Amino acid sequence: MSPKGRPKGEHRSAQHEGSPVSAASSPAAATAVLHAVVGGALAHQRGRLVLSMLAIALGVALGFAVAVINETAIGEFTGGIKSMAGIADFEVRGPRGGFPEALFADLAHDPDIAIASPVVEVDARIAGRDDALRVYGVDAFRAAAVTPALVGGATDALDLLRPGIVFISPAAAAWLAQDRADTLVVQAGMRDFPLAIAGFVQGDTGQRYAVMDVAAAQDLFGRGGTLSRVDLRLRPGADAAAVRARIAQALPPGIAISTPQDSASTASRMSRAYRVNLNVLALVALFTGGLLVFSTQALSIVRRRPHFALLRTLGLPRGRLVALLAAEGALVGIAGSIVGLAVGYGLAAAVLRFFGADLGAGYFRGTAPQVAFDPSSAFVFAALGTGVAVLGSFLPAREAARAAPAAALKAGDEQQAFARLASPLAGLALIAAGAVATLAPPIAGLPLFGYGAIALLLVGTLLLLPRIAALALARLPTPHSFPAALALDQLRGAPGQARVSLATIVASVSLMVSMAIMVASFRQSLDDWLVRILPADVYVRAGPAGDSAFFAVGDQRALAAVEGIARIAFLRAQTVLLAADKPRVALLARDLPGDDPGGALPLVGDPAPRRAGDPPPVWVSEAAVDLYGLAPGDTVALPLGGELHRFVVAGVWRDYARQQGALVIDRATYIALTGDAGATDAALWLAPGITVDALRSRIDAAFPDSARLSLTTSGEIRTLSLRVFDRTFAVTYGLLVAAVVIGLVGLSSSFGALVLARRREFGMLRHLGMTRRQVAAMLATEGLAISGIGLVTGLLLGFAMSLILIHVVNRQSFHWGMALQVPWTSLAVLGVVLLGLAMATTVASARQATGGDVIRAVKDDW
Amino acid sequence: MIRLTDVTKTFAGPRPRTVLDRLSLDVPRGQLAAILGESGAGKSTLLNVIAGLETADTGTVVVGNVDLAGLDDDARTAFRRAHVGFVFQAFHVLPYLSVGDNVALPLRLAGRRDRAAAERVDTMLAAVGLADRAASMPRELSGGELQRIAIARALVHRPQVVLADEPTGNLDPDSAHAVITLLRNCLHAEGATGILVTHSHAAAARADRVLTLTRDGLVETTLP
Repeated sequence: MSPKGRPKGEHRSAQHEGSPVSAASSPAAATAVLHAVVGGALAHQRGRLVLSMLAIALGVALGFAVAVINETAIGEFTGGIKSMAGIADFEVRGPRGGFPEALFADLAHDPDIAIASPVVEVDARIAGRDDALRVYGVDAFRAAAVTPALVGGATDALDLLRPGIVFISPAAAAWLAQDRADTLVVQAGMRDFPLAIAGFVQGDTGQRYAVMDVAAAQDLFGRGGTLSRVDLRLRPGADAAAVRARIAQALPPGIAISTPQDSASTASRMSRAYRVNLNVLALVALFTGGLLVFSTQALSIVRRRPHFALLRTLGLPRGRLVALLAAEGALVGIAGSIVGLAVGYGLAAAVLRFFGADLGAGYFRGTAPQVAFDPSSAFVFAALGTGVAVLGSFLPAREAARAAPAAALKAGDEQQAFARLASPLAGLALIAAGAVATLAPPIAGLPLFGYGAIALLLVGTLLLLPRIAALALARLPTPHSFPAALALDQLRGAPGQARVSLATIVASVSLMVSMAIMVASFRQSLDDWLVRILPADVYVRAGPAGDSAFFAVGDQRALAAVEGIARIAFLRAQTVLLAADKPRVALLARDLPGDDPGGALPLVGDPAPRRAGDPPPVWVSEAAVDLYGLAPGDTVALPLGGELHRFVVAGVWRDYARQQGALVIDRATYIALTGDAGATDAALWLAPGITVDALRSRIDAAFPDSARLSLTTSGEIRTLSLRVFDRTFAVTYGLLVAAVVIGLVGLSSSFGALVLARRREFGMLRHLGMTRRQVAAMLATEGLAISGIGLVTGLLLGFAMSLILIHVVNRQSFHWGMALQVPWTSLAVLGVVLLGLAMATTVASARQATGGDVIRAVKDDW
Repeated sequence: MIRLTDVTKTFAGPRPRTVLDRLSLDVPRGQLAAILGESGAGKSTLLNVIAGLETADTGTVVVGNVDLAGLDDDARTAFRRAHVGFVFQAFHVLPYLSVGDNVALPLRLAGRRDRAAAERVDTMLAAVGLADRAASMPRELSGGELQRIAIARALVHRPQVVLADEPTGNLDPDSAHAVITLLRNCLHAEGATGILVTHSHAAAARADRVLTLTRDGLVETTLP
């Protein structure tokens, strides 16, 4: 008869008589065992389990918050772009400065195109503010059929054509705190122009913008005869791919045809590396949370080793024991994940409200995001949190299940778990794989192998820690003090015992050190770069924001004529499209010194030698090198004035301002090729004896409307830039501090548990005549040795990881090169603080260990 | 010698429990006294009071010529270090030290790392029959051998008193007999006074004198 068919009592009896395996496998027995294994842990180690749960919660919260912020931002951004693109099949785009409008006529007459809608895009500086609002100039009747979101909801249809009339989006109205019937004042050239707000645009895309008539926009912003883009709607039945290919062939250089989806994707890609980096940092916090679970579970399981041995002896199968302990970890992970998701969502909402969707990095200007909950992201992070917790439990559980039950029943057997040293092959193999991964190129523009290299290096080192500890401890001289000598004996005899504590220290220290070195290197390189890139005393911009302001030739002459200026150089900032599938590249036409034009730039590497007959020179940024494969001596064709012009790459320069690439050419060449003599910026060198304030007064006098001129000293720019840098990295610091706090809690938890597990030993030593102080000194020595080894290992590992961050991750993510800068003082302070915290932890643990009934612990057999 | 006079020990708590009630005991120098008694009778507490690990609420405890009541915790610890040896039921041999280093623990605690100390360790290892195992690690030894290490460790610093708490509790009868005989012989050889707390009549029978701890105090007992 099957057990199911037996009466209750008979079934119970059969359990007793049956095989241990079948007994432990029955549901009732399984419940009892679950109660014994997991319930016991929950009851007796509530504090530690709560700590583990909180660590997972913190990691999940940070990861989920970053994901929600990113998804919200990208969703709003790309959704807005798609909404504004309406039903356009394609859009034709060129340089930011525009392309000849004659092209529109060609496109409009194309037999496959039903409607072509011309658009002028200008980021117009708002008078009285350092912000710009995007203004679209459209042909309302054409736009209505292709991009209705770019058409004003006019009560009087003629308002759509009248100059001086704009329609704004609801998001812009909220941002500007303006309504219909108000006046929007924008800067064009060096003058302010009032525009009457006639109403809102049709629909609400969540984007901030205004629309006006295309001809009026051309006149107002000096874009006569040019367009920024043309939106195209194909005739029904037209072969979209064939039409696209045909138009692409016919377009002039520097102008490309793409779908609105391509544009949204390109815009989204611009911030992707930044977003991925934030996600990786959040995952680092989750990883350290997993380490805390590992440390807690490892030591909790070691303490319960005889309990498990008893259960194994009574018939609990090995696999079931591992599953039960993994379930214990899963409970911690699920609880932590639920708390983490709730906290993460709240955190994301708060960040979006107070800091914006890009955390101050400047990628998503013009969006007004509403926080969105994505169940798939929530599921992924909950699964990650639970998975990390299960993994943290699984590894020590497997070790406990492998122990011989008879031996593990004896007190002190837990020492056996620490005495063995695993083969170093796995750790060495992972480190070698990490080294190889640093050589791999980016995947889809992301340094995935770089991240992988860091993870491999970290995990490989963690696996080698007992070996590293054994090597280091063997080389330490034996101290004269008995407690210190006994401490070293203990560590030498069980190098695996400190493995968990060491892992938490090494992970925390290495992550913090690597980021500290990377950030210090970046900051110092940025500072050096700013000094190099800002040689003048004062910089003047025609407008502090947008691209609607510029110095006309007359303005340039007037500015140059201001007394007290020893030297003046103008710059025209422009963008050009070098590839249809990439964002526009900045083109900076600068007044360069004739004798050494490249000397004005922070060059990286050797410049290409100039040869007679060479085309004019262009200096390309590191990002342009990475994105377009340019090198000194190469010839590159730049689309200027609707034609391709050949330039020779004269050198590579460092540019931290633009991650999509930047090109510098001589302004005289630019004017000769384009006829565009306007300038957006001016660099001024003061005459001897002239102060900045005096110069400002003279400029005010020369330019009655000079309130809109942005006049900044190089020092102010440098300070502002470094402040922006620090603000951008504040999030990084925040995530790192979270990781380090989790790591230190892990250290405290693991060391405390270690001490508790050794109470019998301390009881025996107290019997033999060791004072409480001597026991405390012994533990402090152990703590110092573990922390010292962990600190040195973490520093070395962190240094190696910083090299990967600098030369692989940053380079592949942002195309920024930087010089290595080790912040010795900060690292020394970090070391002292960490050692101090470790000592404080051990002293607290020692107090716990030597207090209470430690003497009676010698009677404990379990 | 060990002399306890009217010693009382009560453990505080919601239900205070008097474990030792006006207990007196006199063990002359060089004698091994076995103490039998039921579980919970207070045998281990009695050992802890003699060792200075716990203080008596009333009465006097004199070990050698020292009245433990007059010592603070540090002084009692120093006294224990110099004059008391312990043998535990669970051996409590440090797994990360070699056999020799385990035996040398009390000498190292006393700051002795000289040649004489090393020779003394060798002597004790020879006395317990483990002369060739000095470099071995505890995990390589049997339970009986581990307890022999504990006996060597208890006597290596020539204590006045050795306190053994169920030293044969984890051993088979043959090993138990061998260990208790060894303990007695070593104690006699070193001239130390010993207290053996045990449930085992066979072990107690090897002692010079047997007492039973009852609610009425210690009662001299004659084993068949």
